Amino acid sequence: MNLRRIFLFPARVWMALFFAAPLAIVCGYSFLTRGEYGGVEQPWTFENFTRLADPLYLAILWRSVRIAALATGLCVALGFPLALFIARAGKRRNLYLQLVLLPFWTSFLVRTYAWLFILRDTGLVNTVLQSLHIIDAPLQLLYNEGAVLAGLVYNFLPFFVLPMYATLERLDPALLEAAADLGARPLATLRRVIIPVSMPGIVAGAVLVFIPCLGAYLTPDLLGGGKTVMLGNLVQNQFTTARDWPFGSAASLVLMLASALLLAGLMRSRVRKELM
Amino acid sequence: MKRHALGIYAACILAFLHAPLAILILFSFNAGRFTIWEGFSTRWYTAALNDPQLTEGLLNSLIIAGVAAVLSTLIGTLAAYGMWRRNAPWLSGMLYLSLVTPEVVTGVSLLALCQWAFRFLHLRLGMHTVIVAHVAFSIAYVTIVVAARLRNYDRSLEEAAMDLGAGEWRAFTRVTLPSIAPAVAAAGLLALVVSFDDYVITSLVAGVDSETLPMVIYAMARRGVSPVVNAVSSLIVVAFGALILLSERLQER
Amino acid sequence: MHVLELRNVVKEFPGQRAVDGVTLALERGGFYSLLGPSGCGKTTTLRMVGGFEKPSSGDVFLNGERVNERKPYERNVSTVFQSYALFPHLTALGNVEFGLRERGVAGRRELAMNALELVKLSARAQRFPAALSGGEKQRVALARSLVLEPQLLLLDEPLAALDPDLRKQMRAELKAMQRQTGITFLLVTHDQEEALSLSDKLAVMNSGRIEQFGTPEDVYLRPASAFVAGFLGAVNWFGDAGVRPEATRIARERPAEGPSRRASVASVVFLGNRVHVHMALDEGGRAVAELPRAQDQFREGDAVWLHWNAADEMRFP
Repeated sequence: MNLRRIFLFPARVWMALFFAAPLAIVCGYSFLTRGEYGGVEQPWTFENFTRLADPLYLAILWRSVRIAALATGLCVALGFPLALFIARAGKRRNLYLQLVLLPFWTSFLVRTYAWLFILRDTGLVNTVLQSLHIIDAPLQLLYNEGAVLAGLVYNFLPFFVLPMYATLERLDPALLEAAADLGARPLATLRRVIIPVSMPGIVAGAVLVFIPCLGAYLTPDLLGGGKTVMLGNLVQNQFTTARDWPFGSAASLVLMLASALLLAGLMRSRVRKELM
Repeated sequence: MKRHALGIYAACILAFLHAPLAILILFSFNAGRFTIWEGFSTRWYTAALNDPQLTEGLLNSLIIAGVAAVLSTLIGTLAAYGMWRRNAPWLSGMLYLSLVTPEVVTGVSLLALCQWAFRFLHLRLGMHTVIVAHVAFSIAYVTIVVAARLRNYDRSLEEAAMDLGAGEWRAFTRVTLPSIAPAVAAAGLLALVVSFDDYVITSLVAGVDSETLPMVIYAMARRGVSPVVNAVSSLIVVAFGALILLSERLQER
Repeated sequence: MHVLELRNVVKEFPGQRAVDGVTLALERGGFYSLLGPSGCGKTTTLRMVGGFEKPSSGDVFLNGERVNERKPYERNVSTVFQSYALFPHLTALGNVEFGLRERGVAGRRELAMNALELVKLSARAQRFPAALSGGEKQRVALARSLVLEPQLLLLDEPLAALDPDLRKQMRAELKAMQRQTGITFLLVTHDQEEALSLSDKLAVMNSGRIEQFGTPEDVYLRPASAFVAGFLGAVNWFGDAGVRPEATRIARERPAEGPSRRASVASVVFLGNRVHVHMALDEGGRAVAELPRAQDQFREGDAVWLHWNAADEMRFP
């Protein structure tokens, strides 16, 4: 087993040094105070956390949760029928899966930028609408929550469709036949059998979307302008422009804790089977 | 009837998923600046290839992604193999956590580490800090891909090799590694793409002279829609798409 | 009017004809079986009656109505699946209520509990399928279908997954249930003992066709073809004539009358309450005689005479 220890050594060291240790540092910083020139110094304090309870920051927290929840809801509603379609597609399954994944594997930045291109004042939507004389002046489609939502759903839809497909694919077809045999028409079968039985998969997929949406940075930054500030933007801002690292660390911790708790809850519950 | 409705819906959603990129690529060939079609042209591609900022960014990205991918593939493959032999709960936990941690948080935490490094070791921000960061978040991806391949790998092949006289290391290098090589290559390509594409973490730990391509694109996008960005984006889409398709082919072997 | 009528039903899949012209008519209130080896088309036929497959040609009539185009939820026929197909998210009671809920029947809880009592499972009504044994799951599946009082109950190899002892017990219960409810049962099986013991009439299928449809006695004693004879039990072939092992007797000397053959004992197999004597015929070929244990006095190597009643011979054109 010596060889095994050696094999694991580089990864252990790298992750300890460059993942765990930095997080520990941030943890520590969240209890310290901002220095005069933007450094970090004593005294130890809880102030950074109490500051998060300030209405201004609570609004940001609430907005992050709200947008993440909305984006998740949309991903579930839009993605479930798609996953169902692919699960029933027989031989063409893999083709459809590829089609869903393909945009996902292009650059995240590019995908977000594409929405910029489409929604701007001089973007595609406005140009088309104006040339058809449906509107006179360009619509403000960008730099609001709607744009951020669109970007998030667009980027994270595959995060839901894939695990949902995996769950639906494992559904025993005899259950569907039994339901029909007992008198249930297709919609009733969907409502009374398919959805309840695949619920663990739905929850798993939803959590897998919610967590990254909660910590989103690039999407609200590019598509939301300075106006739609989410938790991720707050953290980035505190570590760069505002130079208040302790406060930024506290916000990071809250974000991390929320994500970790959700994931832990997921792992421990019955839902865990769906991800394996 | 319902079967058709579902199919139509699926077609719409798939169109929704692909339309923005298709539009982007289409308009990268637009002779005009904006969204009014003025004829077919490749002028923006020429402009992009001649832009010094873009080419420097591309070079930096390639170097960083290349080095990071090699390192993370090495480390990740060894780790996946080690964990396949026997569970390593702490390491698995850290790797899973690294996948779930928001990029912003990973980025700022590494920035904090770099600041310590600066204070005690006089280490400045630069390509090396970016590479270190990229390896840190790529290892998990590599491990997942290689671990998936190992799950289908027959343990008794190594046992047979050892029975025939090969030591553990030789069994690994002469029997297992060649067998999982396509998956390792696929993982490497994945690490390459993930590293190349990163913006958030890179922007936090890069120095002034190590701007990557995503950082340049971001700056240009912030200033407004530039058709040059359309062209570069299209190139990236095609390049990434090809790399990922290749990676998946390799994983099927 | 027949409760089920199949007229020249054919089902084709790419590359094979699973059902090749099946014609069958079932009377109300009987216990029927489709018997045959795997791949003979019996399950496909059942599925066409249930509405899960559409006939490529031919017609299916339920109570005189042509139902080829009707979906499973539009037929008054219920299926007990081989894997039971119990809904994992519902209790036993919830499962049994399912069809009743779909129909919007009032007082369904009571009806469901009655059905569970019929299958002797009311004590486990609140359990989820994961906590039930194989036999218990099967009872729930039965109750779930029976509670809807279908015209016809279809059972797809219902006893195949059970232990042998449980199987015998469930057989008796199935028979009793059919008598009690008066519902027409159509069972699919590859186990000839099952088909013989349960059915009022059974259809023996081979390669997509029905070779014989008759009572158990008809099918066993007067098989319509060599295949039916061989599938329903062992057969000793003496030229063109086939004789069952239990009709084959052994004597030390040549009997005065009746057909007989010389043979030598190859082995004697003790089976508890009876004995199988395997013999090699002098003229070539083998045969088996089944004798009650009391008569076991033959040893390997003995020279004997095989004989039987001419009336017990089975011959085929």
